[in-house]
Amino acid sequence: MAVASLCDVVVTTGSFPLLSGVNLTLESATTYVVTGPNGAGKTSLLRVLAGLEVPSRGTGTVLGFDICSAERRELRRHVGWLGHETSFYPDLSPAENLLFAARTTSADVALIPSALERVGLAHRAKVPLKSLSAGQQRRLSLAWLLVRRPQLWLLDEPFASLDDEGRDLTSQLIGAAQASGATVVLTSHGALPADTNAAPIVIVGGRIVESAS
Amino acid sequence: MIRLVLLVAQKDLLIERRSRVLLWQVAPFGLMTLVLCGLAVGPNASTQAKLAPGLFYIVMTLVALLVINRTSQLEAARGTATSVQILGIDPGAVFLGKGLAMFIQLSIVGSALLAGTTVLLHVPLHAAIVTVPVLLLATATLSLAGVLYGRIAASSANAGTLLPALALPAFAPVLIAGERAFSSLITYGPLARWVWLLGVSLAAYACVGLLLYGALEES
Repeated sequence: MAVASLCDVVVTTGSFPLLSGVNLTLESATTYVVTGPNGAGKTSLLRVLAGLEVPSRGTGTVLGFDICSAERRELRRHVGWLGHETSFYPDLSPAENLLFAARTTSADVALIPSALERVGLAHRAKVPLKSLSAGQQRRLSLAWLLVRRPQLWLLDEPFASLDDEGRDLTSQLIGAAQASGATVVLTSHGALPADTNAAPIVIVGGRIVESAS
Repeated sequence: MIRLVLLVAQKDLLIERRSRVLLWQVAPFGLMTLVLCGLAVGPNASTQAKLAPGLFYIVMTLVALLVINRTSQLEAARGTATSVQILGIDPGAVFLGKGLAMFIQLSIVGSALLAGTTVLLHVPLHAAIVTVPVLLLATATLSLAGVLYGRIAASSANAGTLLPALALPAFAPVLIAGERAFSSLITYGPLARWVWLLGVSLAAYACVGLLLYGALEES
């Protein structure tokens, strides 16, 4: 079953095209890896799928929501996002950050302790986020995905800044998400861990040049 | 909606409690500015009392700019902004929640500044006490306007310098009405029209913010 379908999607910043006529179909319970050189449009593609960018041309639906209309606001509540940058409030602790996010989205706050335990942050749950390393902050983003349990995981360079243990953990979580029926789309510059089974999407100059779909 | 407003406000206040920016930076700045105003006016007590309302509201406006800048920067980082967008919180709730948190912070600093004005600029105690409701009304207006203009400025790379240029003209009605109301309380002059102006400004900013904050977030 298709969870996302993009048809001739164009995204521009100013007059510069970030995505140029992208056609793509994503199936449920599948992991996709988007590869391509710097500036190819990998992050822009994820942002379109998350409802964070409005296409200037083309059509598309993600999880049944029209990404070209105001429905994309509702779509965001159903996707999980892991970006390049720190995504939480640096003055709050990991537990406080997750509590705020969970309460505002009506997610199950009872899952927070186990999620922090799962990503290895239970012992750092009450220290300010700004005192954690970049890798630990990425683990917090993974913990949020475990609490939120989204249908569509959008992970921008999820293995960046992570040590071997963190990479293994991320790989396990991606596998578990796929097994539970979620669709995972991740971007990567380098090689993925050996146990990550992902369908390739190659993007160059804002165009998809190779796709499993 | 109310639950979300309170959650957003609670989060901003918790961040403030952790960072102590209000306590160690904003409040001392306000009090130092007030002292400098007193020194600039000179030692004559009656002159100080006459100018006190205007000086007080100028200092309040400067302090508000600092608090607005700080509050709007909480979500300015690209990663945090994206995360908040992904949470899909009702923009109206974010606007009112941030406004509520800012109102509480400004009310605390405003109370300290009012006490300072009473002592340093020889404002009659009764006038300082009865101006508190007017101060709260002005603070609420500054807060909602501040959230709106803070959001506009935050999208710029030069938010720190853009914010005063955008916000100060918008704060003019609050500054004027607050000053005139405070002066009226000292001299027993007409008060109602200035309170009415503050109330209208508050309602206008609340409506505009509820309507536009979502569009500003998207931009």
